[in-house]
Amino acid sequence: MSTTTADKTAAGAEGPGSRTPGPRRSGLSSPSRGARRRRRHAFRGAGFAVPFFLGFLFTFVAPLAYALYQSFFNIESSGLGIGTQKEVFVGFDNFTRGLQDSDFWSGTIRVLLFACVQIPIMLGLALTMALLLDGAARRTANRYRLAFLVPYMIPGIVAALMWLYIYSPRLGPLTDGLGAVGIEADFYSSALIWISMGNLLTWIHMGFNMLIIYGALQAVPRELFDAARVDGASELRIALSVKVPYVRGALVLTGMLSIIATLQLFNEPLLFRTTAPETVNKSWTPTLAIYNQAFDSNNYHYAAALSVILALVAGGASFLFYKLTNRAQP
Amino acid sequence: MTLTKSGRTGRRRPGPEGEAMPVGITQSRRSRILVLIGLVLFALYSVAPVWWLIVSATKDQQGLLYSNGLWFEDFHFFDNVQTVIEYNDGIFLRWTFNSVLYAGAGAFLCTLVSVAAGYALSRYSFPGRNLGLGVVIGSFLLPQALLTMPLYLLFSKIGLTDTAWGVLIPFVINPFMVYLAKVYADGAIPAELLEAARMDGASEIRIFFQVVLRLMTTGSATIFLLSFVGNWNNFFLPLTMLRGEDKWPLSIGLYFWNAQRTDSEIDLTTLVLTGALLSVIPLALIMLAMQRYWKSGVTLGSLK
Repeated sequence: MSTTTADKTAAGAEGPGSRTPGPRRSGLSSPSRGARRRRRHAFRGAGFAVPFFLGFLFTFVAPLAYALYQSFFNIESSGLGIGTQKEVFVGFDNFTRGLQDSDFWSGTIRVLLFACVQIPIMLGLALTMALLLDGAARRTANRYRLAFLVPYMIPGIVAALMWLYIYSPRLGPLTDGLGAVGIEADFYSSALIWISMGNLLTWIHMGFNMLIIYGALQAVPRELFDAARVDGASELRIALSVKVPYVRGALVLTGMLSIIATLQLFNEPLLFRTTAPETVNKSWTPTLAIYNQAFDSNNYHYAAALSVILALVAGGASFLFYKLTNRAQP
Repeated sequence: MTLTKSGRTGRRRPGPEGEAMPVGITQSRRSRILVLIGLVLFALYSVAPVWWLIVSATKDQQGLLYSNGLWFEDFHFFDNVQTVIEYNDGIFLRWTFNSVLYAGAGAFLCTLVSVAAGYALSRYSFPGRNLGLGVVIGSFLLPQALLTMPLYLLFSKIGLTDTAWGVLIPFVINPFMVYLAKVYADGAIPAELLEAARMDGASEIRIFFQVVLRLMTTGSATIFLLSFVGNWNNFFLPLTMLRGEDKWPLSIGLYFWNAQRTDSEIDLTTLVLTGALLSVIPLALIMLAMQRYWKSGVTLGSLK
C-alpha cells in the first residue's frame, strides 16, 4: 500500500520537470535531453541508498548465506581427542538432526505455548491501560502515562536483573510478603517459573504496547463517543463496542511484534539460569539452545543449521499470522 | 501520591468541564472513580519494582538482607557508588564509556545511512526501488537474535569478532529505521521544493545535505533516539561478539557481575544493584528529554 502512494509522489516529482523542458541554463531543450536528465537524477538518487544496501549485503545477506553454507559441514576429528580436525561435507545431516532434535523442538513448542498465554494477557492489560488513560481527563492521563512508561525506559537486561532479585527468597520482598499471608512461594520452582517469567515479560513490554494502542485510540473521532453517550450507552459499553474495534489494527501489530519477540526469548532465561539452572535448562528456549550449541558444545555447524530452521519457523509464523489477520479484516 | 491525584481531579469537577473532560459530556461519578482506581493500580505495578531498586541501592549488605525492602535504612548510596566505580580498577567506567561509544556512534551512523536510504526510496524512482523496499520491509520481520549467530560465524571468519566493529557495524544497518525514514520523507519533503532546487542548479548531494536533512530534523532525531535506545539495551549481540572484559558494554558487565556473585569471595550483590541503577540513569535522562520524538516514532511505526 505504501509503495503505491510513493509511486504516485515520485511520479509527481517528475511532473513539473517534464512540463518545463530542460533546465533554465541550457538554452536548448529537447525531449530526449529531459528524459536523460531525469534518468541521471534517478541514478544519483539510487546512490543515496547505496551505503545502506551495501551494508545490508554485508550484515544480512552474506551472514545468512554463509551460515547456510556452513550448515552443510561438520567438524570431524581424526584420531583420538587431540588429532587434527577437518571440515567435511555432510549434506543435510545437520538439518535432519535438527528436525529430530527433541530438546530443540520441545523448547520451540514451550515458547509457542507460552506465547499463546502470555501475549493475550499482556495485550489485554495494555489495552485496559490505554482505555483507562483515554477515559481520564487529559492532564491526569499525561501524568499516569509517564508512570506507565517507566518500565519502557529501563533496559531489558536491568529489568530482568531487578526482578531476579525481587523474586529471590533471600533478598526480595515478595517471598516474605506472601509468606506473611501464609503462601509459600518459590518463584524459581518448575511450577512457578512460567508465572515468574510471564510477569517479568509483561512488566517489561506492557508500556510500549500501551503506547501503540493509546496512539491508535487518540485517532478515533471523538464525536463517535458523544453520539453513543447521547444514545445512553454506558462508559464500559462505549469502551468495548466503539473503542476496541477501532484499535484492532494496533492490536494485530502489537500481537505480531510480540510473537517475534517471544520466539527469540533469550536474555531473561539466560539470567534465570544463573539462579535456577535446574529449572531453566540448556535448551529451554530455541535461541538458548542455539547459543549453547555454539558456545557451550562448540557445535557451530549444527548451531548454524538450527538458526536456519528457526528462521524458517519464525518466517512461517509471521506469514501465517499476517495472512490470517489480513483476510479477516473487512 | 494517590490522595493528591484524586484530590486534584475532585477539585476540578465543579469547574467548567471543558478542559477536564475533552469529550464535552460529563461521565458518571462512579465510572470516573473506577477509572482512577485502575490508573493508580497500574501505576503502582509499573513503578514499584523500580522503587525497590532505588531503595536497595542505598543499602549495604546487612541492610539488604535484614531490612524492609520497600523502605530506606542507613543511607549507603554514595559508598555503594564509590565501590562500583573503584571495583576492579574502574572497570565500570570503562563499560559505561563503551556503552556510550557503541550506542552513540552506532546510532549516529545508523541515522545518516537510514535517512539517505529512506530519502532515496521515497523520492526517486530507479530500477530495483520496489525490490529494495520489499527487502527492507521483509527483513525487519526477521528476528534479530537469529541473525546474530550467522553474523558471528561470518565475522569470526574475517577477524571482526572481539573488536568494537563487530558490534558497531550491525548497529548501523537497521531496516526498520530505513522504513521509518522513508515514511518521514514521504511526509516531510515536498517534491516541488526538490525540483526548484534542481532548477537553481544545485547538485543532488547539495540538495541532500542542505535541504533534505533540514526538512527531516524531527525524523532524524526520532531515528537517532530509537536506535540509541535499541543499541544501549542490546545484549545478545555484544554477548556473542565480545570476549575481552575491557570491550564490554554495561549490559554484559552487569550480567557478568551477577553470574560471578555467588562464586567470588566477596558478595557482589550491592555492586550489581547499584550498577544496575546507575546504568539506567543516562537512558532515562535521554528519554525524558526527548519524549516528543520517541512518542511520535512509536505512533508512526504503528501506522504501517
